[in-house]
Amino acid sequence: MYIATARGADTAAEVPKSGMKRAVTGNVVALGLVSLVTDISSEMVTAVLPLYLVLGLGLSPLQFGVLDGLYSGVTALVRLVGGHLADRWQRLKAVACFGYGLSALGKIGLMLAGSSTVAIGAVLAADRTGKGVRTAPRDALITLSSDPEHLGRAFGVHRAMDTFGAFLGPLVAMAVLWLSLGSYDSVFFTSFCIAAIGVIILLVLVKDHQPKPRAERHKVSLRETAGLIRQASFRRICVWAALLGLVTLSDSFLYLVLQRRWDLGAVFFPLLPLGTAGVYLLLAVPLGRLSDRVGRWKVFLGGHVALVVALLALLGPVDGGVLAVLALVLHGVFYAATDGVLMAAAGPLLPEHQRASGLALVQTGQATTRMFASVLFGLAWTAWDLHAAVLVAAGALVVVIVAAAVLRPLRTYA
Amino acid sequence: MKTRILGVVAAVVVLIAAAVGYGLYSRDRGPGVNAVAVVSGQPVSVQAKGQLLFRNTAEGPDFGHLATVPADSPGQPRKVAGLSCDRFAASAGTALCLAAQPGVLPPVTDVIVLDKDLNEIRRVELPGTPSRGRVSPDGRLVYWTLFVNGDSYAETGFSTRAGILDLSSGQLLKSVEEMALFLDGKQYYSSDVNYWGITFAADGKKFYATVGTKGKTYLVEADYEKFSANMIRENVECPSLSPDGKRIAFKKRVSADLAAPWRLAVLDLASGRETLLAETRSVDDQAAWLDDRTVAYGLESGIWAVPADGSGAAREVVQRGSSPAGV
Repeated sequence: MYIATARGADTAAEVPKSGMKRAVTGNVVALGLVSLVTDISSEMVTAVLPLYLVLGLGLSPLQFGVLDGLYSGVTALVRLVGGHLADRWQRLKAVACFGYGLSALGKIGLMLAGSSTVAIGAVLAADRTGKGVRTAPRDALITLSSDPEHLGRAFGVHRAMDTFGAFLGPLVAMAVLWLSLGSYDSVFFTSFCIAAIGVIILLVLVKDHQPKPRAERHKVSLRETAGLIRQASFRRICVWAALLGLVTLSDSFLYLVLQRRWDLGAVFFPLLPLGTAGVYLLLAVPLGRLSDRVGRWKVFLGGHVALVVALLALLGPVDGGVLAVLALVLHGVFYAATDGVLMAAAGPLLPEHQRASGLALVQTGQATTRMFASVLFGLAWTAWDLHAAVLVAAGALVVVIVAAAVLRPLRTYA
Repeated sequence: MKTRILGVVAAVVVLIAAAVGYGLYSRDRGPGVNAVAVVSGQPVSVQAKGQLLFRNTAEGPDFGHLATVPADSPGQPRKVAGLSCDRFAASAGTALCLAAQPGVLPPVTDVIVLDKDLNEIRRVELPGTPSRGRVSPDGRLVYWTLFVNGDSYAETGFSTRAGILDLSSGQLLKSVEEMALFLDGKQYYSSDVNYWGITFAADGKKFYATVGTKGKTYLVEADYEKFSANMIRENVECPSLSPDGKRIAFKKRVSADLAAPWRLAVLDLASGRETLLAETRSVDDQAAWLDDRTVAYGLESGIWAVPADGSGAAREVVQRGSSPAGV
């Protein structure tokens, strides 16, 4: 059934059958390059923004909190809109390009916003909107330009390139600060130039998915998008991804717990996320390939098992540097086994003309329940204490993983 | 395909060249001459009475340097020292300089303690970006607030760490966050608790600070020796205790408008009465008491002062300066 569905959906994709041995298609590499470059651009701004807002503009804690909350909250809805429009107009590349372009212009916006907090808030919201809009059409393009059997590997390559860009961002920002003798404007301008390079690569090197001839074209309506949920296999993946999201401990909490267990030189604390990202970068491709061979859902669940082990390790007797390395490696495994793998699992279940909307639906569902997970964990921490809250979180995660493994929502597909 | 790749390479070269060019241009943009009259090369003492110390933010080679003017004639040319700080405070012959290490990411702050002649006596490196810094009335304690990335309750959040360095014992408290916190007599727990803006009483034991949690801010009264704190009032941010220890100047949130959320106010601790000050603009600074009747603060790139009893009007004391400290 998996083969039939996948082939049926992908006959129009220009995947040369002779290219089966090739690692990934040129289009996936080009999309990876766009993400790599764009991540350099966005992470360099993320790295200097606190310095700029606090030292340059003198913002205080509450005001910064408001700005920060503003720009992290907008993505969820926008992602659905981006996915829907990309499908409706059959213009995946154009919609993705709009998203990348909007974020690039945001960097110029930061230079023009000066010290107006309202303007800075608007610019940051526009940047996040751009990110939300582009994600689903981009992931849809990756699935449509890859051979369905090797989707895990394709996403692995894409996510590894993306993460590598995120690594480079702060380094480039430091180089610019050094070169310009501490000019934040230069960081924003350089960030804009790099983002513009990303847009150019997308425009010139990425091939859009060829829409079907007009006669066969589906007009994608909102109702049709909602109707995706009626398709049993896709519904199951959405529901289980969302359920797992609901019992997934967020990154910041994991780092917080780790910090309390490990009396780390405080200077190094902000480097913890780099540990996770490093492992993710190294394992994205191997785990993606593994998921192609043994089944994507298995690897996806395996990633969650890694998170459970990480949580239990945080409660265990080992501490110090050993614990930190163990926890960060497991956390990186969790990312490498879940992020791109979920897209690779969901992609082939979706009709070609509804790829972007469908992927947006999975991502938004997962992101929304993860947000609730954060709130719930915060409440649990307040009501009991940290140790009990982590234990309960790990327990809940185990229950959902076991249920997902026993009920095997995707047994016929992967 | 080949021409397309060549096109992309050409565009990349042009854009990178533009970025490098802009960076080099930004480097030379600073004027070689100070925009205001400056006297340099003379010793600065933070103990000399009747002076207003501040961070010079006038464009030029002395930008960011510690400066001082006589409090009764602040219009005189500013005397500048070589010390470069992002936040500065001084009291009773002790000075505190918070300086972000240039070009280091994630940000790291040098907490530098100096004696009355600005000789360095202690230096601590801490993660984060400088926000507030103060010295206790007796000069024995220094304390600060830094912004830190990555350990807040919110996913992408940003949080604050307020720390204390005790110069008499040498003890460094990197964060007061572990302190027991009480609300209405009951111990309060929340993972999103943040402290900022510490201000000590003259006895060196009692201190006040802001606690932020779940979108609200509270004034806490804390005991440094027992290491516990009580939330005593809502909507008090960046408290600053008057020299007589009876009143607290603070930022009061008066509007949901992002552009102008605060007014400066003074709280009388005995009666609980709040008085809005004559400064009607939104002030985002921890006020500094120049004496029992006047508070100073940074606003619109200058240093302003306003009577602490709500009367009179705000006046600009020093143009292009920040972090005022009266001694």
